[in-house]
Amino acid sequence: MSRRYDSRTTIFSPEGRLYQVEYALEAISHAGTALGILAQDGIVLAAERKVTSKLLEQDTSAEKLYILNDNMICAVAGMTADANILINYARQAAQRYLLTYNEDIPCEQLVRRLCDLKQGYTQHGGLRPFGVSFIYAGYDPQRQFQLYQSNPSGNYGGWKATSVGANNASAQSLLKQDYKEECDLKEACGLAVKVLSKTMDSTKLSSEKIEFATVGRTPEGKIYHHLWGADEIDALLKEHGLAKPVDKDNEE
Amino acid sequence: MEVLLGITGKDFTIICASKAAMRGATILKASDDKTRNLNKHNLMAYSGEAGDTTQFAEYVQANVQLYSMRSGTHLGPDAVANFVRGEVAKALRSRRPYNVNLLLGGVDPTTGKPSLYWCDYLAALAKLPYAAHGYAQYYCLSILDKHHHPDIELDQGLKILRMCTDELKRRLPIDFKGVLVKIITKDGIREHDYVDDKQILPA
Repeated sequence: MSRRYDSRTTIFSPEGRLYQVEYALEAISHAGTALGILAQDGIVLAAERKVTSKLLEQDTSAEKLYILNDNMICAVAGMTADANILINYARQAAQRYLLTYNEDIPCEQLVRRLCDLKQGYTQHGGLRPFGVSFIYAGYDPQRQFQLYQSNPSGNYGGWKATSVGANNASAQSLLKQDYKEECDLKEACGLAVKVLSKTMDSTKLSSEKIEFATVGRTPEGKIYHHLWGADEIDALLKEHGLAKPVDKDNEE
Repeated sequence: MEVLLGITGKDFTIICASKAAMRGATILKASDDKTRNLNKHNLMAYSGEAGDTTQFAEYVQANVQLYSMRSGTHLGPDAVANFVRGEVAKALRSRRPYNVNLLLGGVDPTTGKPSLYWCDYLAALAKLPYAAHGYAQYYCLSILDKHHHPDIELDQGLKILRMCTDELKRRLPIDFKGVLVKIITKDGIREHDYVDDKQILPA
């Protein structure tokens, strides 16, 4: 029955639903978890990287965390190939804004640009919607640090802490339990690894399995974003007692 | 013989423009307003080719307002200036460029800092503490060089402006019919009642 309304992205089913969009959302809920936490002095993004094979070169590129602009980074859950298209679009939009106004694009405007593009696929059609959800972390002078999330339907919202991808319901409830409004960036990083360790399949984490990034302010007041290196992630895991014991990696 | 003047101070920007609308040597009108409010904290004064000026000013005004409507926020003075410069530069490389000279006065509502940008028809943009276009440059910049200070109060700013307009009346060969004065502060843009009926005789 539902087949009649499946094939095209833009046709409502009799219950008033857009199946293709729902399928896209479904696809994302199988992807590695990504989460973001807003702190007083910054934002942390963390993502689970699905290790598919031991032979795969691990550290050649970031898979799930991307820099969009000088003031913004994002985490991806879903199809990486689709995400690349959107990230390229976002980077161009941000640079175009910089060219016309000589200042960084406000966070919400950039999120909105991307969401307008995503929305287009639910109305004007095409082959299929983008199978990605994003978590954005950014800063602008007007609204300070901001955390947003968007999904294939083109909806977006601002959050204090949020997650997407596999197990996002349990990650979300963990965040709800443990999030404190007045936490600082360091505490937020701690919460991020704690939540990830509980939602991921393996109990012991390592820098190969997760990606980490922060947006913050330097002591001089300048805004920075930083994609963490393997050594930094390992140090954080060690600090919170979540690191895999060293030299025992033949058990996989 | 159009006069455009701008002076910034501690928390304000004064924009001043002559009131005469001229065509050749003829004065058509003595109550012309050569300024336009772009948004709550940004004012643009313009001079140059008659049709180009209003056309360009309206275009810029509409676009700045469109930005506010779309985004729910206002463009700051720096963003406005760079946008305007971009538009002049784009037109400059087209078949029919705008022949306009501009002063952009504003106050950043978040920081409260005043700003003044000078832009000519060649799209040269400069952020300045005080600025003038046209012949006013020759007579006023020296006065401003001597008396201006970045953290002057409004009444001092108006005093310096008085010295400038007096000098213009003394030296310019054509009557520019007095000036229209607008003041931008963090509370917005307001017209200043600038009494200018004293007769100044040439030295």
